[in-house]
Amino acid sequence: MTFDTRDEGHWAALLVSVGRDRDREAFAELFERFAPRVKAFLIRTGLTPGLAEDCMQDVMVTLWRKAHLYDPTRATVSTWLFTIARNRKIDMIRKSRRPEPEDLPWGPEPEPAQAEALALREDSRRLAEAVAQLPPKQRDLIERAFYGDLSHSEIAAETGLPLGTIKSRIRLAIDRLRHAMDTDPPRAAGGSGK
Amino acid sequence: MIEGRSTMERTVTHPIGDELLIGYAAGLLPESYDLMVATAVSLDDDARARLEGFEAMGGALLAEAEVAPLRSDSFDKVMERIMGAGRADTVHVDVKTPRIDATLPQPLRDALGGDVDTLRWRGVGMGVKQIVIPCGDDEATARLLSIPGGQAMPDHGHGGTEITLVLKGAFHDGDLRYARGDIEVADDAVEHMPVADVGEDCICLVVTDAPLRFNKLLPRIAQRFLNI
Ligand SMILES: [Zn+2]
Ligand SMILES: [Zn+2]
Repeated sequence: MTFDTRDEGHWAALLVSVGRDRDREAFAELFERFAPRVKAFLIRTGLTPGLAEDCMQDVMVTLWRKAHLYDPTRATVSTWLFTIARNRKIDMIRKSRRPEPEDLPWGPEPEPAQAEALALREDSRRLAEAVAQLPPKQRDLIERAFYGDLSHSEIAAETGLPLGTIKSRIRLAIDRLRHAMDTDPPRAAGGSGK
Repeated sequence: MIEGRSTMERTVTHPIGDELLIGYAAGLLPESYDLMVATAVSLDDDARARLEGFEAMGGALLAEAEVAPLRSDSFDKVMERIMGAGRADTVHVDVKTPRIDATLPQPLRDALGGDVDTLRWRGVGMGVKQIVIPCGDDEATARLLSIPGGQAMPDHGHGGTEITLVLKGAFHDGDLRYARGDIEVADDAVEHMPVADVGEDCICLVVTDAPLRFNKLLPRIAQRFLNI
């Protein structure tokens, strides 16, 4: 079982350069890599190939438009795309936008974030490997949870996945963001600029 | 008291469960549950970290998904849209929501069109007020409840699952106390009587996936609760 998450650093760099430089070659490489996987994933969750194709195209357009918001210390490219695909799919099905948690600043961080981005990728790689190495029964459970044929109370709490590490990693990132916000000068008040 | 900052630091005593977070991460919950999760996560950084952990799991599944064949003109179509878009469309700048010290977290303010002081409550008896939140889903109902300090909710059982998230004030249910950010889940096995703490009104987001069965008295109140 191979996971190309070893290359996550590569994909993250490409995505950052799409956001920063509108780099079309980087975009083409990301497209080649992820478009077929996003589409396959959407088909697994129950979309017809036609709808999955449309949804995937929306996702890739969004990748271009929102690349500047990607923060490699908060998510790997796969995770970021996973959430975009999921949200897009829900928006296609529903009339109203799905409610999302109050926003934290999800933008490029200044320099010292390098090490944290690396550490997040390392944790993510371990998680992906652990998913790959799960015994078939547990693996099946996880997949069914995400592909929608399992009631969520059926999901065993103990899957043996190293979710704890990734959680504490993310927790650190969130704390960092919160403290950055605390020291921010107060923003202009008022509900303008919607 | 500045609610925004201090509540972020407060540790939630009765946090939202993993099964709801996984359901949200996977995108498989009914709409009113999504509202519940988004609101709860806004008040609980630890829940946010767990949620993002589950999303990382989704990312892992996507990373190793098989590859599906694309339509032959896929890439061209996408490039066309990217290059053809008007400037305003392409240079899309997300305006960050300024942090405001609101009682209701952003997802709820969006759903209701305002914070607590601008809402149009409907009395349902005994000083209890509610607002049914339109969620466009048949599977469950979301509502905001406001219970006067010191007031008990009518003793009731549940025909399904009832999830209650405290937004303001606090209530006791038996020995347990629930305050801002705390969640109580009651299923059909539970019969209880939450009592709002004396002092300020207790405001909660309540999602129920089946009508409550009110046990005794107050049939009129029960009816008005059910008749939504
Ligand atoms: Zn407890
Ligand atoms: Zn109840």
